[in-house]
Amino acid sequence: MNLEPVNNFNPDEGGIPEGFSRTSSATKSSEEYFLNMGPQHPSTHGVLRLVLRLDGESVLGVVPHLGYVHRGLEKVAENQTYLQNIHLTDRLDYLSSHINNLGYCMAMEQALDIGIPERGEYIRVMICELQRIQSHLLWWGVSGMDLGAITTFLYGFKERELITDIFEELCGARLTMNFFRPGGSFADVTDGFIPRIKQVIEIMHKALDEYNTLLTGNIIFQERTKNIGILSKETALSYGCSGAVLRASGVSYDVRKNDPYSIYDRFEFDVPIGSIGDCFDRYCLKIEEMAQSVRILEQAVQTFPEGPYRSQQKAVYKLPKGSYYSQVETARGLLGTYIVAEGGPKPYRVKFRSPSFSNLNILNELAVGHKLADIVTILATLDFVVPDLDR
Amino acid sequence: MTENNMNPLSTEMLYPVQNGIGNMVRTLFPESAFIINSLISICSLFLLVSLLPVFLIWLERKVAARFQARLGPMRVGYHGLLQSSADGLKLIFKEILKPEGADTFVFFLAPILPASATFLVMAILPFDHHLQVADPAGGVIYVIGISGLSILGILLAGWASNNKYSLLGAMRSGAQMISFEISLTLVMLLIVMLTGTASLREIVLSQQGTVADWWIFKLPGLGLIAFLMYMVSSTAELNRAPFDISEAESELTGGFATEYSGISFAMFFFAEFVNMFVSAGIAATFFLGGFLAPQIGVAFIDPLFAVIPGFVWFFLKTFFVIFLYMWFRWTFPRLRVDQLMYLEWKMLLPANLLLLMSGGFFMAMGGIL
Repeated sequence: MNLEPVNNFNPDEGGIPEGFSRTSSATKSSEEYFLNMGPQHPSTHGVLRLVLRLDGESVLGVVPHLGYVHRGLEKVAENQTYLQNIHLTDRLDYLSSHINNLGYCMAMEQALDIGIPERGEYIRVMICELQRIQSHLLWWGVSGMDLGAITTFLYGFKERELITDIFEELCGARLTMNFFRPGGSFADVTDGFIPRIKQVIEIMHKALDEYNTLLTGNIIFQERTKNIGILSKETALSYGCSGAVLRASGVSYDVRKNDPYSIYDRFEFDVPIGSIGDCFDRYCLKIEEMAQSVRILEQAVQTFPEGPYRSQQKAVYKLPKGSYYSQVETARGLLGTYIVAEGGPKPYRVKFRSPSFSNLNILNELAVGHKLADIVTILATLDFVVPDLDR
Repeated sequence: MTENNMNPLSTEMLYPVQNGIGNMVRTLFPESAFIINSLISICSLFLLVSLLPVFLIWLERKVAARFQARLGPMRVGYHGLLQSSADGLKLIFKEILKPEGADTFVFFLAPILPASATFLVMAILPFDHHLQVADPAGGVIYVIGISGLSILGILLAGWASNNKYSLLGAMRSGAQMISFEISLTLVMLLIVMLTGTASLREIVLSQQGTVADWWIFKLPGLGLIAFLMYMVSSTAELNRAPFDISEAESELTGGFATEYSGISFAMFFFAEFVNMFVSAGIAATFFLGGFLAPQIGVAFIDPLFAVIPGFVWFFLKTFFVIFLYMWFRWTFPRLRVDQLMYLEWKMLLPANLLLLMSGGFFMAMGGIL
């Protein structure tokens, strides 16, 4: 067996892995080693690569290596028309592609001063909340699986399937939707839309209870998540975290509430916040967010209006010179879309501020001092999507 | 102990037939008895050991599918019955890869140890009154001793693989098995102490009578606690969820078996499932009356149950315990390695010692038994 001590670590040409300093906090007597976790690892959810400095099972340091799915989306966006770019936003955080579409469309609407009909706004809100539930369901299943409870994975997918079917009926796609357009959406909803949402609402009430019985209340699960990866309010703010990661640390910030877009200000919903910011807080928060999204859906279904779904249709949009910014709350946090336009049919520059990237930055702060297994717990509750990290 | 009521269709009824065949063989081949006896028992054991995992893997997948609201294997054979045979065949024909820098001899030796250990323990399981290859007086000690072999295999596998994940898995597994073996042994010791024998057959026979005479229901409450203790420690001993930290696929990718492929992986995998059967079989022997038919004290059901041969009861009880193991696995999340050690050394071990003491107290009090 070949466990080289830190001093002799020689992966390329001498020295220690990128991102680590030679000295470490461990005592002289311990035997440190580096462990490469990923890019092919079951619980890094995609192709994220972590290099861990370990002493036995204890973590002394983590350095994430990004770039394995970097596709240069922002550069690609410069060479396509504004309308063609909408489908690129699907591929940021593929679990909230509707919400990404919305962020991009909102920036365009801001530039062209396009209004959205009432029905169009309702469709947007309902679809975005469905997307949020769908994304959280997948997260719930997968994080249970990361902790060793494989059954949760299939339970989460069971309910998720209903929502995915709604999307499939709407736009033909199940993952990369490309559904919203400036001024509304590219098609009206089908007749089955509202009845299906009512069905989802009904099932979700039961399902959330079931999830709490199966996983949240489990003593092993609580032991594994409580007091693991505690993120303080100050650290969370200074790293620019957003979404459930920020709110679990006790900061009440949700774009839907603090900077309302679309018609979110018309609906009643709470922004749940955590107390100490450990993994269990982050977990409970996401479960509560699903309940709140169901609440929004319930209200929207009641008052869903008739009328046009899109205000205008154009083949080519030309944004006037200037820079435009919009932000939306995706399932993972704040997604900012920044477009610099020069008047032509193509943007000069597009920049996305992705929530996963800012949230992953705190990994080292959270993981140090915990065990190897806790890294998996922390990764699960940070809830990142790798294509959103790399873009 | 109450005497088991003789009924007209008990296993003893078959003795004349058995003896007739035996006498015929003895007359025809006077010197063959020794060889034939051992040959038949070894062959049947081999058959059992090689067929059991195939069935158990299918069962595990079906049970898991039930828990997860899906169907499980359905294509190969009736309800996927041949699925695991097909998988096994595939594994046999696959190339065995050896990682660079691995210790060749130890790397290939490692999977053999757990497989042979399970085979050895199978030899003393009492399947029926007279269906047991060997019944050594110290059977319990034999079981405990041999089950240590499988951990040796895992440790060697982790060490020889030249992979940090494998090594981590093996070290976890070593620490875990050594700790939980103590609890397991103490629970067994309790029963050995109460029955006054270490022979598995004698332990079964000590539970003759009604269902209330099984050790799980005896010693007001304590028997049940002992059974639960056995279930917890044996699950840990088997490396099954929620104690599967040595394999922990979401942390260590594959744990000790990361680098294994083809038949050498299959041997680990098969040994795991036979181990589960052995462990469940021992639970049935110790706590659930082994091959004895459950006599619940209802006049028209008891004789009916008694007609059913003992090995059927043994398998039924064993599969009940196996179902419990599967239930655990598909419900609970995994414990962390330090929590596992805490559970054993600070909770299970003191509790077991207390249990042993109260067992001794009941023995001293006498009559209650």
